[in-house]
Amino acid sequence: MMAQTQDTPKIAVSGLHKRFGGNQVLAGIDLEIGRGKSVVIIGGSGSGKSVTLKCILGLIKPDSGSIRIDGRESTGLSGTEREQVLARVGMLFQAAALFDSMSVWENVAFGLMQRQRMPAELAREKALAAMAKVGLEAGLADLNPAELSGGMQKRVGLARAIAPEPEILFFDEPTTGLDPIMSGIINELIIERVRELGATALTITHDMKSARRIADTIAMIYQGRIIWCGPADSIDECGEPHVEQFIRAKSEGPIALDVLRA
Amino acid sequence: MMSRWNFLAAIGRIFISFLNSTGHLILFTATALRHVVLPPFFLRITFQQMLRIGYFSLPVVGLTAIFTGAVLALQIYIGGSRFNAEGFVGQVVVISMVRELGPVLAALMLAGRVSSAIAAEIGTMRVTEQIDALTTLATNPFKYLVAPRLIAATLTLPLLVLVADIIGVMGGFLAATQRLGLNAGIYMKTTLDVLQLEDVTSGLTKAAVFGFLIALMGCYHGYNSKGGAQGVGAATTDAVVSASILILLFNYVLTDFFFS
Repeated sequence: MMAQTQDTPKIAVSGLHKRFGGNQVLAGIDLEIGRGKSVVIIGGSGSGKSVTLKCILGLIKPDSGSIRIDGRESTGLSGTEREQVLARVGMLFQAAALFDSMSVWENVAFGLMQRQRMPAELAREKALAAMAKVGLEAGLADLNPAELSGGMQKRVGLARAIAPEPEILFFDEPTTGLDPIMSGIINELIIERVRELGATALTITHDMKSARRIADTIAMIYQGRIIWCGPADSIDECGEPHVEQFIRAKSEGPIALDVLRA
Repeated sequence: MMSRWNFLAAIGRIFISFLNSTGHLILFTATALRHVVLPPFFLRITFQQMLRIGYFSLPVVGLTAIFTGAVLALQIYIGGSRFNAEGFVGQVVVISMVRELGPVLAALMLAGRVSSAIAAEIGTMRVTEQIDALTTLATNPFKYLVAPRLIAATLTLPLLVLVADIIGVMGGFLAATQRLGLNAGIYMKTTLDVLQLEDVTSGLTKAAVFGFLIALMGCYHGYNSKGGAQGVGAATTDAVVSASILILLFNYVLTDFFFS
């Protein structure tokens, strides 16, 4: 492992390109995420948010560019090396992506049992503790994920992500499809858990309320590039027309014009 | 003039896409085989899959075998009586059952029952991001999903075929003695006399290869399914069709190999 100083960003992405067929999805993403910081990427559908996240996770291989985690290049890693990186990562998926062949507690304990080879009894205890931290009663442990509501599934997904105590947490549209109250609860849970773990967090969303609540830093992605990046509380005065249009949810502005031209 | 070039271009595109998917499949198979051979192994999951693929397929394979054996006996009797060869019913039934129909019919039934189930399950896991979730939990989906199914199907199909062989011969025996009135003792004796070890082993070798193909096609199409419910449906169909065709293709190749 390389020498790490306090200044080495936890995640540093530079010049990330990805093309699917004739569609240039990422056209040079540059982004740095400091240790213990929470960065939220905002942007419209199809702007490349998800692909950026999946590239950092290693689920998609970028065409070019560099992704450094703790100063160590992670593009092109495979097998055991990739698993070592992923062992320090937790991810909450948009639709929770719970394993429907397993009970709730087995889902939460999956990382502990598979990755850390923890015996089932101890893993169950840890899973129940993680569930309690996201407000899930122990009585739900033996249910099937399909029996839970969308908000509950999100909580189970969050418990599964935090149970192995990762250093980095990724959230893919954590509030999409939830009612406003449940969205608020999930936002608070994310903030609390990230703070407690001291983890570095990267969230992608188009929910501005959620972004303002969770983020230290907000970055806006548009046409495969980061067009603005700054502290969450300064976004209202950023003066960038694309961002202004997005955060005020206006139908007229530079983004709509581009859509018409395309 | 233009339309002729369009026609040639279309052929070229089909050819390129064929090469593309063949290469894709070969890479998938190579990766899968590496995970079949290298530890860690998920023994509990492999055992569960053996139960699902093997044990729960017994009724359908058994029924297929008994009716096939019985029908063979009747047809061979009809055909044989045209040149005074009615006495060979037992021999022909056992050889065709053990060498050919046992493995092929059991495999085709399993292509419908197992390949489709594997493709639907893994395909749904793909489109609901459960496969991505496995990866982020530092668990290799090839190791966890593909390898156990390949091992289970390759090991259990020979056992199923062995059962099918026995039930098939019994089906022939029942038809021959009950319907055709042949002598039971003579029928059994001629059946066992003619049977050689190589007949059984060649059939079981075929079965192992077919089992591998069934699981491979299910996993491959499921793993690469795209879109939502429609994508999973297409993956399921593709798995059954490609598994069936590969079974028949490899059946010829293997028979030719054992022939020489």
